[in-house]
Amino acid sequence: MPSYSFVLNGKPVTVEAPADMPLLWVLRDMLNVTGPKYGCGVGVCRACTSHLDGGEIQPCVVRVADCANREVTTIEGLADGDTLHPVQQAWLDRDVAQCGFCQPGQIMAAAALLKKTPHPTDADIDDIENVCRCGTYSRIREAIKKAAANG
Amino acid sequence: MARQLSRRKFVVYSLAASTLTVAAPLGCDAATAEGAEPTAAATRTPSDVLVTGTDGEMLVLEVTKANKVVVRLPRVEVGQGVTTAVAMMIAEELDARLVDVAIPLADARTKGNQFTGGSSSVSSLYGPARELAALARAKLVTAAARRWNLPARSLRTRNTKVIAPDGRSATFGSLTASAARIRRPAVSSKPKPASRHRVIGKPTTRIDARDIVTGKAKYAGDLAVAGAKPTVVVRPPTLGGKLVSVDSRVARAMPGVHAVVKVAGGVAVVAESFHHAFRARDALRITWAPGPLVSLSDAAIRSRLRAAVPRLGDPPRGSTQTEGEFEFAFVSHAPMEVLTAVADVRANRAEIWFSSQTPMDARASIASAVGLPESKVKVHVMRGGGSFGRRLNHDAAIEAALISKAARRPVKLMWSRADDIRHGRMRPASHHRIRASHARGRVVAFTHATASVSESYEGQGLSAQGSAQGPAQGRVTPAVARAAGPLPSDSGLYNFGRVSGDSGSVELAIPLGAWRSVDSGTMRTAEEIVVDEVARSLGKDPVAFRRTTLRDKAVKAVLDKVADAGDWGRTLPAGQAQGVAVHEEYGSCVACLVEIDAADPKNPRVTKVVMAADVGTAVNPRGLEAQLMGTAIDGISTVLQAGLHIDRGAVRESSYADFHYARQRHAPLSFEAHIMPSRREPGGAGELGVPAAAGAVANAYARATGTKPRRFPLNF
Ligand code: FES
Ligand code: FES
Repeated sequence: MPSYSFVLNGKPVTVEAPADMPLLWVLRDMLNVTGPKYGCGVGVCRACTSHLDGGEIQPCVVRVADCANREVTTIEGLADGDTLHPVQQAWLDRDVAQCGFCQPGQIMAAAALLKKTPHPTDADIDDIENVCRCGTYSRIREAIKKAAANG
Repeated sequence: MARQLSRRKFVVYSLAASTLTVAAPLGCDAATAEGAEPTAAATRTPSDVLVTGTDGEMLVLEVTKANKVVVRLPRVEVGQGVTTAVAMMIAEELDARLVDVAIPLADARTKGNQFTGGSSSVSSLYGPARELAALARAKLVTAAARRWNLPARSLRTRNTKVIAPDGRSATFGSLTASAARIRRPAVSSKPKPASRHRVIGKPTTRIDARDIVTGKAKYAGDLAVAGAKPTVVVRPPTLGGKLVSVDSRVARAMPGVHAVVKVAGGVAVVAESFHHAFRARDALRITWAPGPLVSLSDAAIRSRLRAAVPRLGDPPRGSTQTEGEFEFAFVSHAPMEVLTAVADVRANRAEIWFSSQTPMDARASIASAVGLPESKVKVHVMRGGGSFGRRLNHDAAIEAALISKAARRPVKLMWSRADDIRHGRMRPASHHRIRASHARGRVVAFTHATASVSESYEGQGLSAQGSAQGPAQGRVTPAVARAAGPLPSDSGLYNFGRVSGDSGSVELAIPLGAWRSVDSGTMRTAEEIVVDEVARSLGKDPVAFRRTTLRDKAVKAVLDKVADAGDWGRTLPAGQAQGVAVHEEYGSCVACLVEIDAADPKNPRVTKVVMAADVGTAVNPRGLEAQLMGTAIDGISTVLQAGLHIDRGAVRESSYADFHYARQRHAPLSFEAHIMPSRREPGGAGELGVPAAAGAVANAYARATGTKPRRFPLNF
């Protein structure tokens, strides 16, 4: 079995896994990192959204082999210790979550967006594909704007 | 509107324990809580309640020595915010800090009301939770008075402490042991009057918000318990298709595969990871026999429904008719968290972890499925990643238990998204024929006949489906039972003269389920469209017409609120329009105003939503706002774009790529919710907004495009 090393939430990890194993299952089933959620497995719901070298990815469709020697960040690694990332803080301030299941992915998508586009327009926010079946979209929009203003 | 919420009486008990522990019985449902039986509960010995770790039929509050207030809640949290609302009720009456209140979900019980549904949670818990906390507070104050030798009346409570006039204070945790020995409190143990509420009615952040934003919140699939291994099931291409033969040699030989077992719905693979499980699943070579609906597609279902709608009687002589026929497609619940259950079934006991609205029914069904007595089956209720009615049924839990039994090992079963969308459950498709008869500018008769698909199976093929109407039928499942109840139009929302209705059904072997707001989501939506069309044919404005024909002041008030806040009647460019609708149910009422941009009718965008709701006391206005926001998105989705096709006995869609539940680009750019002040006891709120939102979206679309919307979703 091939082995792959990458940095996960700031710490080096090595896993023995098939090359084509999606990162999502490496995280969830091998490393017990369960923040990234399964919602479709085919890259359309975005519940699993995480970061690879700081950019947005959907780990359900990214092979572990493609993460070798790179930096993976999940929702668990977004905060700086007890200090929440500005996007997490905005989510808390705006009380965005309902069931919460999509929210790790929503937060990671928003954080990636703000990194690229510090002051997103409504059209930029409309481009976020993440599904929220509870319908928290209005609060997500407000929280992103709030994080942009604070960041 | 009929206010059926009477002031209920609860008997609250103190349990002998080393920490202060009080309990209030929960009736079978809100309506029967009135006659709660003190005798049965009073003879229950405290050890039954505490030592075995179950709460019987009680709502039990314990103050721990570590100064935590713990209430194990016999409800499930699926995003609706019930744990936060209950924590607020407890914090209010105890004068505890919200962070000191913990609301874990109770395991499945043997008695009482452990049903989550019908928008009943807050109303059914409002009395017991406050009575419970008020008694606990009285005992804590009495214990402090004794300790300090001060008159109990002179003491205050605040921030999980009792405070003396001289400034001394004692935490509840430090008083709990002595409070447990107080028999008769020296101060009132009645809940506060609403005028003194400081927590109830104050917009409050969810108690689990931080866990959610940091990824710590645990759902069934996140559990690492009992060595349970990832498990998936290959299912037939058609609904109810049958396994003819399976060749699993290749799959079994694949690395990481632990077991391959046949189950009622297909073939299960247990493996080291979900990656290994999916790979092996795809390597199974299976021959399927088509399911019973293989000759049936949407067009045929639609015409059978149309034919099943009972005939409307003759209209009043001399009246003019406004008529419409409406069709609604099947809709998936598609909760964000797919059905997931961890099961550990052994020869003489079983333990299951999953998110359930009906854990008592689930335990009975699981016990009978695996052949164990109910007392040997433990069901742990997990938070759910959304439900919308889907977790009333326990299909996946029964299936997981059967797989665990067959594979002789603990399993973590997950339905794939395609399983979830293609194999149910769904809101039934329906057809509606509505006629409003008017004469001399007034509606004199209103009739609504409908037919919907109902689920029925010949033989035992799908016994593992875990229907809420399954083996434990005697238990209370109001949301489902309500489907057979009176038609919503019987509620007499409008002064429409003679109101009548009738219903028919088309029985199909298709997995259905109660979907948020159940029948009202289609029936009341269609009626609100007709109300707009009547107004138009009478030459009246939709808001003005409703204002003069609505019966109830509270409904008129929410309508006025949205008309005012949403600037009803403002001028909009061509292709854009406003729409409005109202609804009342669950002892509550709601109005919704939307603005839509339908310049491209194939790609409409709801740009603005304004809602107003009167739900009695809104325990957490911020939580209520969230529920209304969710129902607005449900209305947008079901009316404009999200539904399921049936093609030759199979569901065509298989993920959010083709089941078009709204995304950010379909959500309003502006959303407002107005909550009407009220001191009435809480009504229901979780499902309330769906028909009003759906009706308002349809009415706005009609006004923007000059069309008459008839078949939903419109772009399908
Ligand atoms: S699980 Fe849906 S995009 Fe990854
Ligand atoms: S909060 Fe439930 S899916 Fe987004």
